[in-house]
Order: sequence, then structure tokens, then C-alpha cells
Amino acid sequence: MDLATFWFIVLGLLWTGYFVLEGFDFGVGMLLPVLGGRKYATDAVDAEKRRRVLLNTIGPVWDGNEVWVLTAGGATFAAFPHWYATLFSGFYLPLLVILVALILRNLGFEYRHKRPEASWKARWDLAIFWGSVVPAFLWGVALTNIVRGVPIDASKEFTGSVLTLLNPAGLLGGVVFVALFLTHGAIFVALKTEGRIRLEARAIAERVGAVAAVLALALLLWLGFSDGKAASWATTAVAAVALIGGLAANRAGREGWAFLGTAGTIALAVATYFLVLFPNVMPSSTNPAWSLTVDNASSTDYTLKVMTVVALVFTPVVVLYQGWTYWVFRKRLGTKHIPDDAAVKTAHR
Amino acid sequence: MDATDLARWQFAITTVYHFLFVPITIGMSAIVACFHTAWVRTHNEQWLRLAKFFGKLFLINFALGLVTGIVQEFQFGMNWSDYSRFVGDIFGAPLAIEALLAFFLESTFLGLWIFGWGRIPEKLHAATMWIVHIGTILSAYFILSANSFMQHPVGYTYNRATGRAELTDFLAVLTNKVQLVTFPHVIFAAYMAGAAVVMGVALWCMRRETLRAEGAGEDVALGDAPMYRRAARIGAVVTLVAALGVSLTGDVQGKIMTEVQPMKMAAAEALYESVPAGVGAPFSVLSVGSLDGSHANDIIEVPGLLSFLATGNFGGAVDGINDLKALYADTYGASGNPLVASATGYAPNIPTTYWTFRLMIGLGMAAAAISLVVLWLTRKDRTPTHRWLLWAAVLTPFLPILANSFGWIFTETGRQPWLVFGLMTTATGVSPGVSIGEVITSMTVFTLLYGALAVVEVKLFLYYVRKGAEPFEPPQDPADRDEDAPLAFAY
Repeated sequence: MDLATFWFIVLGLLWTGYFVLEGFDFGVGMLLPVLGGRKYATDAVDAEKRRRVLLNTIGPVWDGNEVWVLTAGGATFAAFPHWYATLFSGFYLPLLVILVALILRNLGFEYRHKRPEASWKARWDLAIFWGSVVPAFLWGVALTNIVRGVPIDASKEFTGSVLTLLNPAGLLGGVVFVALFLTHGAIFVALKTEGRIRLEARAIAERVGAVAAVLALALLLWLGFSDGKAASWATTAVAAVALIGGLAANRAGREGWAFLGTAGTIALAVATYFLVLFPNVMPSSTNPAWSLTVDNASSTDYTLKVMTVVALVFTPVVVLYQGWTYWVFRKRLGTKHIPDDAAVKTAHR
Repeated sequence: MDATDLARWQFAITTVYHFLFVPITIGMSAIVACFHTAWVRTHNEQWLRLAKFFGKLFLINFALGLVTGIVQEFQFGMNWSDYSRFVGDIFGAPLAIEALLAFFLESTFLGLWIFGWGRIPEKLHAATMWIVHIGTILSAYFILSANSFMQHPVGYTYNRATGRAELTDFLAVLTNKVQLVTFPHVIFAAYMAGAAVVMGVALWCMRRETLRAEGAGEDVALGDAPMYRRAARIGAVVTLVAALGVSLTGDVQGKIMTEVQPMKMAAAEALYESVPAGVGAPFSVLSVGSLDGSHANDIIEVPGLLSFLATGNFGGAVDGINDLKALYADTYGASGNPLVASATGYAPNIPTTYWTFRLMIGLGMAAAAISLVVLWLTRKDRTPTHRWLLWAAVLTPFLPILANSFGWIFTETGRQPWLVFGLMTTATGVSPGVSIGEVITSMTVFTLLYGALAVVEVKLFLYYVRKGAEPFEPPQDPADRDEDAPLAFAY
């Protein structure tokens, strides 16, 4: 295997890391107004406590989870400069929207609890909710379009517009990402909480999970029938098994297994995307000869060697200490862990 | 305005804004880590209160630095795709390594610090903030390596077949001589910025506590004023020491800059005509009139100082803008290589370089001078309340941050028309496929969003400054924590 192919795999792993980890952060953000809303909460004090429980399940880890996408971006720049250049300049407006959404969402996490006023919190709750839905959807649209091919000319420039990206497959990709992350997030909440929230999250995962399973299967079959290979069919099959297994485990109240199931589904879906994509990195729908490939988009062997050494030495360290934070904060949370005074103050304001 | 100008404005707006928060993050993480370590070592409750107080302010600042940093990572490809294609082989590696080595470290251990109270052993807890600090330093190192390549490309070869610059020696990129002096210069400047914030905030709190205690007829020494006085003095000492580091490294940097980018030094003084050896080029501290070389009237001029800054010798020869322009036009303009041909000539915008250079030095020196005065006024347990201290407290935090901004505006605009010195002009680096409408859209969105966020951030920051340090609360021992007890310092 040449180094460019190796880095193609590394990028697949980085996106896997990103979607498996930030996927449940997005899901938790989407659930904030649901599990912390009128339907489930007994009163305003309870609603605020529930929201804080949800936010605290991802509190210590969301920032580290997000770094996976920064590393993926940097690694694309370093290993496949043409891919980075074509993709980021071509998908300009969707990326702008993703950036704005991530900015508002991250500030929501950090600033929400920093003032007691209910209106202040409500505004940041909106930022967290939309900042979770929108990037999840747009990443789905973007990645599906990359795999399906977009108009690219002979000089590696994207020649379409935003509307080019909003095709049926792309939109389905966006919806599938939202549904999968919502399921993944609900199962994460069930895994990390206790009391009523845990049971309610499980029930939500069951309902949303069924929809996600149907949509995701439709999407992967669509990709498979247009560009599938033996390997991508295999990952599609295992992804389906993982999702069904995960949902069954959720139904049985085995949250750990359920979480592994949705995590595996997301990982295998990303694997399917990358297998369908290979050896292209950005196929041209204008003329296949103008496609960006692992070979014609990559950096020199020397750069890839340097990057390989750095990645092999430091990635295990990163995985180790990130894993350790999950261990440190492994305890389940409930509304009883949220101090009374803060919530009451908010409700009466 | 054409596409290049718009892309440049957007980069300037987003980058200068991002770098308002970065130096404070680097500097304050070290000081918060010191406070936290002092608590662990002495168990004097004032240190814990200071660590938590400044830790909160640090986090408010860090959040904006983080989110605006995501934009940085993406916009090379968005607005500068031809640049990304040309240098990706070299420039991408430090960026990727920065994310892998630094961003993971910062974000993961900051999460541990925020949520670790009462959950991880206290020594380890204090260490997490040090690790965050190390992360910020690593981050600075790699991104400055990438920037230094643009100032003075090394460790590469130009491949005619692929039409791009390709990496031949990564170690050379990491040990670029521009990098080796820029890195300490930037780090010292960041310590100044972080320390000046600590000093300003602590001074304000000290003055308020002193006035409050005096008004209530209490003993000032028994209140919180001495605690803030201590923090203010630490801030002042760090500002002063860092200022010394900034000037020493800046001096070396000037000489290396003169060697690799002589035009930038000439532009810093608006020196149009070369000054031969033995004469000594002067440095004008203030100047009126135009800077286009027609009639500059220098009000205060230090003879030979420019020669000294540029060469280390008061009589050293310094090349002027006119000679360098002609030289570059001969070397690059006549080369026939479209990447290095500049339609606008080979000199940067002189008023910008001239004034930003002076503002950088002047504001930095002002911050150092104020710190010195603060140290004098707070000597021997004094907690002064002069009215002008209020101004010093409010203004001082802005001085080093603005000096940082002007320093970067100087160094980046002074490189123009180059994007990568001698290899690629700025005009050839923009994204050919991105429309002017798209750039205008993103620039408008970022400017409005960043403006609104600046208001939110400053208000929140002041809210927490006014609240002051929380009363002391003994932290729980992680070993005998009640599993059902409410969590502290959580979201």
C-alpha cells in the first residue's frame, strides 16, 4: 500500500472519530429542547435541571470531540492539498454556515450557564439546538455529494453552486446524518444519566432509531447500487446489523451495547462512504478524467512520510488521554446532581 | 475592490480578531496555572480564590479564541485555494500537527480542569492547567513555523512539473531562523497580554475593595484588597519581564528581517533612499506630512537608530525602498514567472507599515511603564486608590493586545506583495472558483457575528470582574465524595 492510500484511510478514521464522538454531542444538542422541554419536564425548575443534566453529560468532552474535525481538516490540507483546496473553496457557503453554527453552539456551551437570566439561557439553548442540527445536516449533504461526484473542471475547480449540492441524494444524506446522530445522542444520554431522563431517552432512541434505520439503509443502498464494490457492500451489511443490534440492545435496556451499536453503525457508514469513494477523493461528474484521486491530489512522499511518523507516534497518546477523560467522568448524572438554588433562581426570574 | 482585496480584508478581520484572544489565552493559562499550583503547595485559600476567579475570566476569553480558530483552519482552503494547492505540501503539515499535538491537548485537559474540581486529585488537577498551557505553546510553535515559511521559505524545492513548492526538509521548516526568533517574540508578547489583563483586573478589584473597606470603616488589610494587590503585582512583574523579553527578541528579529526581507525594514521607517555605511540611518519616533517620500517631516528623530535596529551598528548601511523596488523588479518582474510578477510593484503600503511598527513598540512600552509605576505604588503592602489607577486598570489590558495586533499587521502587510516571499504573490493565491458575492457574504457574516460576539464577551467579562472572587469553599476530596451530592463548577 502506498502512503497516499494510507492517508486516505487515516482520513477515513479521522472522520469516523469525528462523527462517532461529535455525533452524540450533536444528538444531545438536538435533544436539549425535547428532553428539557414542556413535554417531559414537570415545571420550569425541572426543565432547567434537565437541560443542565444533558449539557453536563457532554460538558467535559465535547470540545475534545470537535478537535477531530480540525485534525481531519489539517490532515486533508497536509496529505491531499488539492482535495482540501477544491472542497473548501467549492463548498464555500455550506462551510460558512457550518462555521457560524459551530461558533454559536460552542459559545452556547461555554456561556449559557454564565448568567442567571432565563432569557440569556433560552437564547443560548437555541444556539445549541440549531448549532447541532445544522452542521449535522450539512456534513451529511457535503459528504454524500463528495461520494456521488460534483462538477469539477480540468483545473480541479468546482464549477457548481450551492444548488448543485441540494440534490435528492445529498438531502437524504443530510437527513440520515441528523437521524443517526439523534439516535446516537439519545442512547448516549440513556447511557450517561439516571432516573426518568434515562428511560425517556431510551424511548426516544427507539422511535427515532427505527426511522434512522430505514433512511440510512435507503441511502447506503443508493450509494451501493450506483458505485458499490464488494467491500462497501460488506460494510453496508455490517452497518445494518450493528444498527439493528444496537436498537435491540436499547430496547432491552443494555445501553452500553446499544451505544456500541450506533457508534459501529456510524463508523461503518463512514467506511462505506470511503470505500465507495476510493480511489477517487472527489470524483468529477463533468468528466471522470478530471476527478481528484488519491494519486493526483496528494502531497509528496516525503511529506506523507513525515506526517505518518508524527501520526503513528502521537495518535495513540491522544486516544489514550481522551479515553481517560471518559473514564474520569464515567458516572451517570441525574437531576439530583444539579444544585437547587441555581435552577430555582432561574425559574423565578 | 477586487477579489484579492476582499479575501485579504476577510483574512485580516478574522485573523486579527482571533488573535485578540489567543495571546490572552497563552498568557493567562500560565498565570492561572501558577495560582492553582500555589494553592496546592500552600493551601492558602487566597490562591484558590484567585485561580477560580481568573480561571473564569480565562474561560470566557478562551471560548472566543477557540471558535474563531476553527474559521482559521478552514479559510485557507475557502478563500486561498490556489495558495493551498501551491504550498499544501509544506504548509499543511504544521497545521495538521498543530491540531493533533496541541488542540487535542488544550481541549481535553481544559475539560478536565473545568469539571475536575473534587473529582481528580488536586495535584493532577493543577497539572491539567499546565498541560493546557503547554498545548497553547505547542500550538503557537507550529502555526508560527507555517507563518515563518511565508516570510522566509526554507526546506523546500520548487517543482516545475507539478507547479508547486514541495517539502524537502521538515526540520528546516521547524527551525527556520525567522521562526526561532519569532516564536519567543510572540510568546513573550502573549505573556505580556495575559499578565496585563490580570494586572488590570486585579488593580480594579483592589481599588474597589480598598475604597469599600475604608468607607465601611473596616481594616483594609483584613479584606480582599491584599489578595488582589498580590495578583496585580504578579501581573505587573510578568508584564515587565515579558516586555524585556519582547524587546530583546524583537531586536534580534529586526536584524534577521533586514537580512531576509530588507524591504520590510525600509518600509517600517518609510526610508526611501538607501543610507550608505558610515552615515547611520535615523529612526523617527513621530512624523507628520506624507509618507510617500515627497515631504516627510520628522518631529522626533533618533540618529543612527534605524541602522542599529537593522544591523546592530549605528553606522550600518540600510537599503531604501526605491533601490529595493528596482532590485525586486529586476529579479522577479523580469523573470517571466506569473507567480512572482506583481502588477502593483514590490513595496508594501508604507503608511501602514510605518505606523503599525510604531504603535507596536509604543503601546508595548506604555504597558511596561504602567506596570513599573504599579509596582512602585503597591510597594510595602500599599493598596493605593488614586483615581488614575482606575484608568490604568481599564486601559492597560488593551495595550499589549493592540501591540500584538499592530505587530502582526506590520509583519503581514510588510511582506506584501508577497504571499510567500519570493515564491508567490498574494494576488495569485486567491480561490479562482469563489465569486466576489460569496466573499462579500462571508465577510459580512463574520464581521457582524464577530462584532456582536465582542459585545457579548466584553459584557460577560466585566460582569464577572464586578462579581469579584467567590468566597472560599474548601474543595471536596475526590476520595470521600458523596456520589449523590450536587456537582460544583458544572454547566
